[in-house]
Amino acid sequence: MTLIAEIIISAMLVISGVFGLVGSFGLVKLPDPMTRLHAPTKATTLGVGGVLIASMIYFTAFGGGFSFHELMITIFLFITAPIVAHFLAKAWLHRNATPADLPPTGRPKGWAGQESVVEGDKSPQRPQA
Amino acid sequence: MIAYALYFAFACFGLALLFNLWHLARAPGVNDRVLALDTMVINAIALLILYGVAEGTAVYFEASMLFAMVGFVSTVAYCKFMLRGDIIE
Repeated sequence: MTLIAEIIISAMLVISGVFGLVGSFGLVKLPDPMTRLHAPTKATTLGVGGVLIASMIYFTAFGGGFSFHELMITIFLFITAPIVAHFLAKAWLHRNATPADLPPTGRPKGWAGQESVVEGDKSPQRPQA
Repeated sequence: MIAYALYFAFACFGLALLFNLWHLARAPGVNDRVLALDTMVINAIALLILYGVAEGTAVYFEASMLFAMVGFVSTVAYCKFMLRGDIIE
């Protein structure tokens, strides 16, 4: 039983270490900003998830008693990683893309953060500071 | 066996942190720097958890939880600043 737990923990640690390294290497290596967004937000998050699950199994098998509080960090990271990726992509679009670069939304409103001010538009605008 | 796997994981995440630092120093834009900072936070969480396993204590759990929360909030604040030029309007 102990040997099985050791094998599982070691395998999880090695796999997640490789994932974390690949994620950060992709951040350095990939060619342009939007492809660079993929590596850390997916591979590195999976790597940390693996480390946390390995820690969970370790403290369950050797620490005494079931330990699941690491799962809290795992779930938190898995929820927040897509939000961070979405925010970063949106900020990049806001800073680097013009409305002509983007496909049409098919709605009256344009892209969020990209809409131009239409003449006679009564929708609330940002107050001038 | 766990000790060697831990050494390997420490090496991987330490190297990953160095890659992030390298990218943070010479990234071509603000967006990339924020992304590198966010990845650094995630790698630091992994290192803290690994250290907790190596020491056999659960003390570092609170520290990594704080890192996760503060890292997320700071990244969102940076993105909000890039989007609007202001954080709380």
